Amino acid sequence: MSATHPVLDVRDLVKVYGEGEAQVRALRGVSVTVERGDYVAIMGSSGSGKSTLMNILGCLDTPTSGQYLLDGVDVSRLDDRQLALVRNRRIGFVFQAFNLIPRTSALANVELPLAYAGMKAAERRRRARTALAMVGLADRADHEPNQLSGGQQQRVAVARALVTAPALVLADEPTGNLDTRSTEDVLAVLDRLNHSGRTIVLITHEDDVARHAKRLIRLVDGRIVHDEVLRGGTTAAVLA
Amino acid sequence: MSLFETIRFAIRGVLANKLRSGLTVLGILIGVAAVILLVAVGNGSSKAIQQSIERLGTNTLTVSSGGVRQSTNATQNTSLTSDLVDALADRNAAPDVTSVSPVVTSTPAAAYDGVDHTFGQFIGTTPTYLPAANDTVAHGTAFTADDVKESRRVVVLGSTAAQALFDRADPVGKQITVAGTLFTVTGVLADKGGSGFNDPNDIAIAPVTAVQEALTGYGPLNQLLIQAGGPDRVDAAQAEVTAILNQKLHVTNAASPPYRILNQSQLLSARQDSAKTFTVLLGAVAAISLLVGGIGITNIMMVTVTERTREIGIRKALGAPKRTVLTQFLVEATVLSLIGGLLGVAAAVIGSQFTIVGIKPVIVPASVALALGVSVAIGLFFGSYPASRAAGLRPIEALRYE
Repeated sequence: MSATHPVLDVRDLVKVYGEGEAQVRALRGVSVTVERGDYVAIMGSSGSGKSTLMNILGCLDTPTSGQYLLDGVDVSRLDDRQLALVRNRRIGFVFQAFNLIPRTSALANVELPLAYAGMKAAERRRRARTALAMVGLADRADHEPNQLSGGQQQRVAVARALVTAPALVLADEPTGNLDTRSTEDVLAVLDRLNHSGRTIVLITHEDDVARHAKRLIRLVDGRIVHDEVLRGGTTAAVLA
Repeated sequence: MSLFETIRFAIRGVLANKLRSGLTVLGILIGVAAVILLVAVGNGSSKAIQQSIERLGTNTLTVSSGGVRQSTNATQNTSLTSDLVDALADRNAAPDVTSVSPVVTSTPAAAYDGVDHTFGQFIGTTPTYLPAANDTVAHGTAFTADDVKESRRVVVLGSTAAQALFDRADPVGKQITVAGTLFTVTGVLADKGGSGFNDPNDIAIAPVTAVQEALTGYGPLNQLLIQAGGPDRVDAAQAEVTAILNQKLHVTNAASPPYRILNQSQLLSARQDSAKTFTVLLGAVAAISLLVGGIGITNIMMVTVTERTREIGIRKALGAPKRTVLTQFLVEATVLSLIGGLLGVAAAVIGSQFTIVGIKPVIVPASVALALGVSVAIGLFFGSYPASRAAGLRPIEALRYE
């Protein structure tokens, strides 16, 4: 992990869904660079391509064309096994729909990425408990997802994203399904993560949520139309 | 991630969905148990037929009068007589014949101490009949050649007949009334097994002379029971008996003799053939049920994995390599199929302890291996196929799957 590379370096990213008449150009050439420790909010109306961008950044989807360097590594050149490794070690992903594994305790859910990383059970449990404590759910470790409120489930998901200590945390509308109070809880956790040096990219509809970020990017019709540093950012915005 | 860890994940996955896992296991259980049990019933009935025929003696021939009468020569007496017994017992003319027993039968009512019972068969014969018919005296003694000569009224009872007349009392030495004549019971035969319409234990055996005198009169014999020197000499004995009978009865047309010879070993092989057909038939039914069970397993496995496509997406998003996801689902399918298969074998083994529609099932080991193998193979294949399809998807496709 060389510090000279930006965490994210995306160049002229294009994503096209479907064929012929039904063709949808979700991304029409997006270029953006995100430096280590930044806190970026991506806003845009529905259909602006922000979720598509997020999925590509999280290595869950592949772009139609364009280049994506994660920590200086060209992700498109990686095979399935290496991609799995990148998802596991470099990226923590928080979904709008929580995406916890059903009928499995919060602790086991948080342990999952560590298990895939090949960590021993005892160490795994210790770290998972620490992560749950960080999101304030130490006392809910043995509850299954359907026994937790939406806010609690999302905090479990955040704990799962941060437990591997990834350089990059991606959050796709993490507060989209939550009430105001739970939103505050989850955002507080993300703020703390950023203070401890993690790079965070989050998608949101709400200005209140975006205000937590250091930098704001607006997407319209698959293009970046606005890129602004909100407060004391570590890097200047780079519009390509 | 180590294999051990993957197996633990798989078992956790099985336990996380108890109802669905339980139903899958139940489907496999029923399929496997049905196959093993049906084949066992077929096998058991075939064994039972074989045993019941062997109990009657496989090295005997039964000669009965009848067959095609030669109407052109009505003056010729073609009935079976006592003279034939002596002729057939000739060691020189028939070296493969060990003994010849005359048989007269009737079905008279008997009474003892106010209890009435009608014998299935009341047989008049000579002492050589007992070993030829595989009968042994369990209690008391058989009658002797002397009893036959003196036409003494003594009788040996089959176990069913003895129980019907005497209940639990000891019949030996008691006198029973048969068609108005007193017979003294000298012994009780050992239980020959079998049941149903022709209970081989509902018989009474007495000297042929006494039976003719008291019951049937001095007419022709009903049958001759001929014992051959061994199971491999039955065919030779049959040829000798045929030659002697043709000569003694002056048979001109050998194609339609006035008697019939029943060969027990022929009967046995005919019955065994039909029993084999029965087993094949049951096996086919069982195979169909295994096939249907297999489709059930396939269905459940497909649904299970398809339903969990989203979960596979989550796991991949968290950094699970394709191989790990596949292994997990493969182990889950194995665990379910194995538990179901083994429980099915256990159920079949327990079920085979009971008598099913009068048949004691006998398990065929090959059917156990086949049923278990097929169900596990189906479970594995149809568990792993959709899993590998799902694991091959990009995470976002699997996550969007509804």
